[in-house]
Amino acid sequence: MAFEIIESCTNCYACEPLCPSKAIYEAKPHFLIDAEKCTECAGDFEEPQCASICPIEGAILNEDGVELNPPGSLTGIPPEKLAA
Amino acid sequence: MELPVLNNTESEAAKGGCSSGSCGSTDDQMNHLPDSIRDKVKNHPCYSEEAHHYFARMHVAVAPACNIQCNYCNRKYDCSNESRPGVVSEVLNPKQAVKKVMAVAATIPQMTVLGIAGPGDALANPQRTFDTFRMLNEQAPDIKLCVSTNGLNLPANVEEMCQYNIDHVTITINCVDPDVGAKIYPWIFWNNKRIKGREGAAILIEQQQKGLEMLVAKGVLVKVNSVMIPGVNDKHLEEVSKIVKAKGAFLHNVMPLISEEEHGTFYGLTGQRGPTNEELQELQDSCAGDMNMMRHCRQCRADAVGLLGEDRGSEFTLDKIEEMEIDYPAAMKMRAEVHAAINEELESKHAAKETKLVSIEGLKKEVTRPVLMAVATKSGGVINEHFGHASEFLIYEASSNGVRFIGHRKTTPYCEGGDTCGDGESALDVTIRELSGCEVVLCSKVGYEPWGPLEAAGIRPNGEHAMEAIEDAVLAVYEEMRAAGKLVEKVDEQQKVA
Repeated sequence: MAFEIIESCTNCYACEPLCPSKAIYEAKPHFLIDAEKCTECAGDFEEPQCASICPIEGAILNEDGVELNPPGSLTGIPPEKLAA
Repeated sequence: MELPVLNNTESEAAKGGCSSGSCGSTDDQMNHLPDSIRDKVKNHPCYSEEAHHYFARMHVAVAPACNIQCNYCNRKYDCSNESRPGVVSEVLNPKQAVKKVMAVAATIPQMTVLGIAGPGDALANPQRTFDTFRMLNEQAPDIKLCVSTNGLNLPANVEEMCQYNIDHVTITINCVDPDVGAKIYPWIFWNNKRIKGREGAAILIEQQQKGLEMLVAKGVLVKVNSVMIPGVNDKHLEEVSKIVKAKGAFLHNVMPLISEEEHGTFYGLTGQRGPTNEELQELQDSCAGDMNMMRHCRQCRADAVGLLGEDRGSEFTLDKIEEMEIDYPAAMKMRAEVHAAINEELESKHAAKETKLVSIEGLKKEVTRPVLMAVATKSGGVINEHFGHASEFLIYEASSNGVRFIGHRKTTPYCEGGDTCGDGESALDVTIRELSGCEVVLCSKVGYEPWGPLEAAGIRPNGEHAMEAIEDAVLAVYEEMRAAGKLVEKVDEQQKVA
């Protein structure tokens, strides 16, 4: 049970101080999640904190590789406009 | 110490055109402020229209995180409200930021103010923001500190902020109605949850207003920024202006929405347009009845360095400042001397202006129509830029009430200098379009080539007032127009139409 940050991360630091398990760390080229430590916030918060503040759609995946914030879910921009 | 009569007499003379406070000479933006506030802002380039010709500011990009989403912002880049979109600032840690501030302060002694404005939200990164302020308090106590925020985390941080002598705060308030807010803010992060839509907007508005009240109660100066979004909050901002003034904000800065498609923002991609120059001016004028309006804002980047409208950030990249040796105590002495000299110059200008105003008052009998003039300037409040080199023009309005600053318009320099002008012709078209409504353009020099097209567009080029103080020159040209009978006929025409 662990999330993953992928290359679309913009290194904005927003998630890092929120993580109750201190699983998120600064790295190059982008922040990473220590899979050993990540609990997906179970027992600490109702919602996973990193995915709740991350402004970049698709930057955080769950353990099945599914985007926690799919395209359009945060900005309201229709995906077909994003692709264009 | 200073300040003209113009505004007082004006309130009796001109109830029309401009509702009240904002007419008159450009610095009367500050006239109705108490002395204590005027003293605090007189050398703050972002708050004082006059100061921005002389003093410089800088921002350090230590705060990349944000706790809300705005529809005019693409978080893949910088915040497009506090800094123009499309380029990412070099994010600094607090130590690097302090080093950079001291390097800039030593190199550009006119730098009086350090702000933290992002690239995300200063108070969504309280640790990084406050670490920077704490170190600056200790190491560079002569630098004024200010903060720009969306306000969501403001109430929680007012107490700590005040410990660092932060006496200027800017809150971006785009609405006071959650229904309007729902069209601007798709979500906020609050109490460990992402809250979408109207509910999120309502919380944001509540925190902004609470933060504003708390700051005013603490005696902190608060400026309010608003982004004007046609069809979304343009009609609503007059109300915002009234409310924030009633709560004690001392200045309101209405800025135009920036929403180019290539910035990839919600507004950019969905075709939401920004206001025209005329729409912006009209709203600023209608808010001016209630509030001190600010018109010289350049919506600068979260890592901007230098005078407003210029950016010397590239001289102070991390590797460059790493090599600089800074003797700050010596720099502080030099800075104090430079500031004193500038203040002396400003005071003698004020004294001269007061004398002049008295004579203008004597002359003022007939009411003549207002004229917009564009001015090319680099700095110092004088006309000292070539027409073809100007990347922006300052717009002044001359009327029988005096001269007032209206705003600035950006353009691409018609000619970058040198022999060939490449795309010169289309750049000239852009400039002419940007100067719409102006009847005169004052610059230190203007070439033969743009002369004809400018005149054809009804904009008379004028290079006769090079190196003169802007307001004096604008007034002189206005007087020439009056003498030539160019100010009367159009009033008649307007009256006929009306």
